[in-house]
Amino acid sequence: MLVKDKSVLEMRNIYKSFPGVLALQAVDFTLHEGEIHALMGENGAGKSTLIKVLTGVYEKDQGEIFLGKMEKAAVIRSPQDAQNLGISTVYQEITLCPNLSVAENMYIGRGKGLCQNWKKMNEDADKILKSLDISAGATQQLSSCSLAIQQMVAIARAVDMDCKVLILDEPTSSLDEQEVEKLFGLMRDLKARGVGIVFVTHFLEQVYAVCDKITVLRDGKLVGEYQIKDLPRVQLVAKMLGKELDDVADIKDEVQVYEQDGSIPPVFEAEALQSNAGIKPFDFHIRKGEVNGLTGLLGSGRSECVRAIFGADRVIGGAVKKSGKAIKISKPIDAMKNGIAYLPEDRKADGIVGDLSVRENIILAAQVLKGFFKPFSKAEANKLADEYIKLLEIKTASADTPIKSLSGGNQQKVILARWLLTHPEYLILDEPTRGIDVGTKIEIQKLVIKLASEGMSVTFISSEIDEMLRTCSRLIVMRDRKMVGELSGAGLSQSKIMDTIAGGDKK
Amino acid sequence: MALFNKSSAAQKQLQKKSISDTNLLLSITIIVFFVMYIGAIVFQGSGFLKAQTFFNILNANAALIIASCGLSIVMITGSIDISVGGVTALVSMCCAVYLDYQGGNVFVSLLIALAIGLGYGLVQGLLIAYLDIQPFIVSLAGMFFARGMTTIVHTNPFNVENKAFVALKETRVIIPGLGSVNKIGKYVDAYVEIGVIVALLIVVILFLVLKWTKLGRSFYAVGGNRQSALMLGINVKRTRFLAHLFCGVLAGIGGYVYFLHVGSGAASHASGMEMNAIASAIIGGTLLTGGVGNIIGTLFGVLSLSTIQNIVSSAGLDQAWWTGITIAAMLCLFLVIQSIVMARKNRSS
Amino acid sequence: MTQNKKNIFAKLSGRQIFIPIAALLLLAVFNLILDPSFYKIALSVNSAGDPVLSGYLITILDYGSELAILAIGMTLVTAASGGQDISVGAAIAIGGSVILRVLCGTDSRPEVLKAPIIAAFLVSCVVCMLFGAFNGVLVAGFKIQPMVATLILFTAGRSIAAWINNNELPVISDQSFGYFGGFIPGIPIPTPFFIAVICMIVMALALKFTNLGLYTQAVGINAGSSRLNGLNPAFIKFLAFVILGLCVAVASLIKVSRISSINYSVIAKDIEMDAILAVALGGNSLSGGKFNMAASILGAYVIQFLTTTLYKFNVKSDALSAYKAIVVIALVVLSAPVVREKFSSLWKKMKLHTKEVG
Repeated sequence: MLVKDKSVLEMRNIYKSFPGVLALQAVDFTLHEGEIHALMGENGAGKSTLIKVLTGVYEKDQGEIFLGKMEKAAVIRSPQDAQNLGISTVYQEITLCPNLSVAENMYIGRGKGLCQNWKKMNEDADKILKSLDISAGATQQLSSCSLAIQQMVAIARAVDMDCKVLILDEPTSSLDEQEVEKLFGLMRDLKARGVGIVFVTHFLEQVYAVCDKITVLRDGKLVGEYQIKDLPRVQLVAKMLGKELDDVADIKDEVQVYEQDGSIPPVFEAEALQSNAGIKPFDFHIRKGEVNGLTGLLGSGRSECVRAIFGADRVIGGAVKKSGKAIKISKPIDAMKNGIAYLPEDRKADGIVGDLSVRENIILAAQVLKGFFKPFSKAEANKLADEYIKLLEIKTASADTPIKSLSGGNQQKVILARWLLTHPEYLILDEPTRGIDVGTKIEIQKLVIKLASEGMSVTFISSEIDEMLRTCSRLIVMRDRKMVGELSGAGLSQSKIMDTIAGGDKK
Repeated sequence: MALFNKSSAAQKQLQKKSISDTNLLLSITIIVFFVMYIGAIVFQGSGFLKAQTFFNILNANAALIIASCGLSIVMITGSIDISVGGVTALVSMCCAVYLDYQGGNVFVSLLIALAIGLGYGLVQGLLIAYLDIQPFIVSLAGMFFARGMTTIVHTNPFNVENKAFVALKETRVIIPGLGSVNKIGKYVDAYVEIGVIVALLIVVILFLVLKWTKLGRSFYAVGGNRQSALMLGINVKRTRFLAHLFCGVLAGIGGYVYFLHVGSGAASHASGMEMNAIASAIIGGTLLTGGVGNIIGTLFGVLSLSTIQNIVSSAGLDQAWWTGITIAAMLCLFLVIQSIVMARKNRSS
Repeated sequence: MTQNKKNIFAKLSGRQIFIPIAALLLLAVFNLILDPSFYKIALSVNSAGDPVLSGYLITILDYGSELAILAIGMTLVTAASGGQDISVGAAIAIGGSVILRVLCGTDSRPEVLKAPIIAAFLVSCVVCMLFGAFNGVLVAGFKIQPMVATLILFTAGRSIAAWINNNELPVISDQSFGYFGGFIPGIPIPTPFFIAVICMIVMALALKFTNLGLYTQAVGINAGSSRLNGLNPAFIKFLAFVILGLCVAVASLIKVSRISSINYSVIAKDIEMDAILAVALGGNSLSGGKFNMAASILGAYVIQFLTTTLYKFNVKSDALSAYKAIVVIALVVLSAPVVREKFSSLWKKMKLHTKEVG
């Protein structure tokens, strides 16, 4: 029960659960003065829950939070409480008002009084902006500043409110390299001033560039807290994905092999494909009956690649070919007509049509392909829906139940049924097994292998490497929004994959 | 959305464009007004050169100015209120009935107007800000309710004969030195009605509120990004409520000014006023989507609108339907321009 | 036995169409108690010597049919775009004016019609659909809120209608023109009802033989997912407005035929309020998504029932809007999420309490 010297924040034994899910279990987190501390973990690890507990958005079930030299545990019940205690957060989406000036954004919502003293506000703002080397004018409209500057104005506001703990939640997701460097400069400046910074991010390189310590969470539990210099990249990746990196313990999974027939053009090819979602232009190809995979940490750009292929994001460059013929995909229906199907990563926002029934969700894509004037008859729709409900063992009260009342896993199965029904030549599955029980996960993997053996090409994206090893014959590795490697054959081993994901110096 | 490969040149260009949205749209508005007025002088001749013509525009539209200001405030917070015309008619009728049928005094009639406006502001503000009901439906219902109540209060239109009231109505505020010679050769001083003084006072007060008070700035913040405003510590619900309250009270005041100008109560009063008020606000540079707008612009918006009406009537065209079409056309044009301008701004930042 | 009864009631009350049915029953009972003569239907002979039915119920059927036709289009617009079209009254003025213009040409009191009625109707359809397209472009293309976008036509519409006929009020003396809004000789039921039935059949066929229903609902519920399934949300929204334009044309024929003339500022006044109410009373969410066409249509007749009831109690037509406004407010307040939550938690508390007590 020692209160460490100079720690600005100590979270002890934090528990938080939601109906049916234990989001945080006995998690500890410590932050010192002048320390930049990365908080990392894959999806469902509990990072955002921990942050929300700290900032008062959620109330913890158990555990204590100590701030600075406080003897008693802090009571944080609302974002206002957190702010008053010196905890400031800068979110991924800019939570400032684009129509107000820089200075206004820094000072609005603070302070007492009826009147607005423009002169003082602008002068004070200029002072802070100068001291933090942010190139923006106090009277400039925020929307005319670049996103990086906007991000920094948000930080300047936090700093001016005398924060002891600054939480940066994925601040670099929308910034380019130059802007990231500027941000790091600001962070180091704050570090020198004694501010403790919690840096939540997916970008490995950035963590190693600027952080002192790393805390890794997995499945709601604390994996450990490490000094940066003591944790090589590969080990970090291993800890995040839950693998023990030990040559002896390397489990040899059955490696998928694919016999390439070079004479037949690939089912799908892309050259220098680029979308407006911020991934570097990439080349891609897949052959008939092949299962390939895109792997990498969350946020590495896997989904963005396949969305570009499907036309879900706006394509701004590159060329695609289908079976050797040049085609144009500018929107999803083009891809669908060319026999491509896409199961999106975020099933709630992009996958399900909540209020429609299970049956309607299953037949939707196939229906669109069939055409406006050719609706499925009631009998046909029922038959198809029932067929797939049985095939994928979808647990639902009936085919008429609105899909939003199904469990996540069953919703996923409905979306899968939808795309299988279109009998695609090329099926893209983005995290198809997320939120599904183990038994069904295996079923889906077996299904993928079966479909491939019948001639379907499949791209399988997953954060779980063993899944991909069991199904894919070729793995494309992504890191920090670009393709960094391709593995097949002998290269398909856990250790090789993690090396490639981690990149950089292995020691 | 990521901004990979953004060159420093593009960055410099963005920083150069330091004129704010508000100022940009205000400039456009003022230019448009002057162009129109000059056009009017050129095409319709000397009539427009007389100062009194300009003052008559103010006289005829004092109520619209006040209502448009209220609407501007509400639109800045990202909301809308289409009940102002109905409220104006209701205020006119209620005050008229009170003055002539109940022998009341002018001061109390003013209080009645304020009470009606306040009531509207309170109820609509509560429903919109605290119950989170769509503003359009609430104010549409408010408009229909007001129109219906106007008929229930008194069916037939009539002129008010209350002496004190008529005296107030006929009061002229003389503006020295800008008079002109009328048809008989007599020199007549330029004048404005009391309503105009009220309207201009309100414009000044609201301008100060919007620029120099924290409440005013929070209107802009809430309209700019409601979620951000919440995170920045602003009481969003209260801010939206107050905006609608302001609008209601202003509709009440505007209603009384309208009543003062027409001197009668009728169910057909202020028909379409809400449309004119919204159009004036938009032409004046208030964005429908919120966060941008200013009172001076709205004033010029009203002036532009009425200049068109004047041009139309002095050109001998059938006023009733030509003005409707031109206003709608102007509004449509400005809405489209706004949507394009904002889309371009969003894409570049 | 009680279990079965409970289940039927639960099943019925769970369905969307229960809402307008409940409202209908409420009004019916109300009138029954206050004055049963409300329900009297009389068969008499009109001035032309044809048999006609009359009575309040017939009035409801007659005028409610106009609303039902509009409700069909308004339901689609609401479902697809999450907003409402308040320009339908003004658009009806335009539609009616076009019909009169085609039939009368420049002669405001023609002896003989200048064109077959069907031609006039078709031209009106085209014009009204064009105006619907205008609204559709503003909403789907420029992403302006539906209610605000349609505010433009709401203002300018009646002026445009007057301009089409040079501000004149043509009067048609041809007998057959009056059939559409009145009675066809030999048929005692008002014609608008049959026209409405035809529209309902057409819509039912469209919903059955095309994917209009599925696409509209999908786009209204989740435009993003819909797009990833190959749909074009902007086009679906646009289409909804165009279909409403067609409904407006039909309604305008009926309206103009009733008086064989037109009054630009009075025709279809405040009908948009009724149309929106009809959709809402049908239990459809005013923010879009799933819809039940039959419920909207029933809702239209129920609104007419309300209007006619108010007329019977001598509420003047100008004052009607005040009462309807109250109904609208009550409806939207009751369906506001905040209010719903309070009710459901209150309901749960009551259930718990009765469980404890009982």
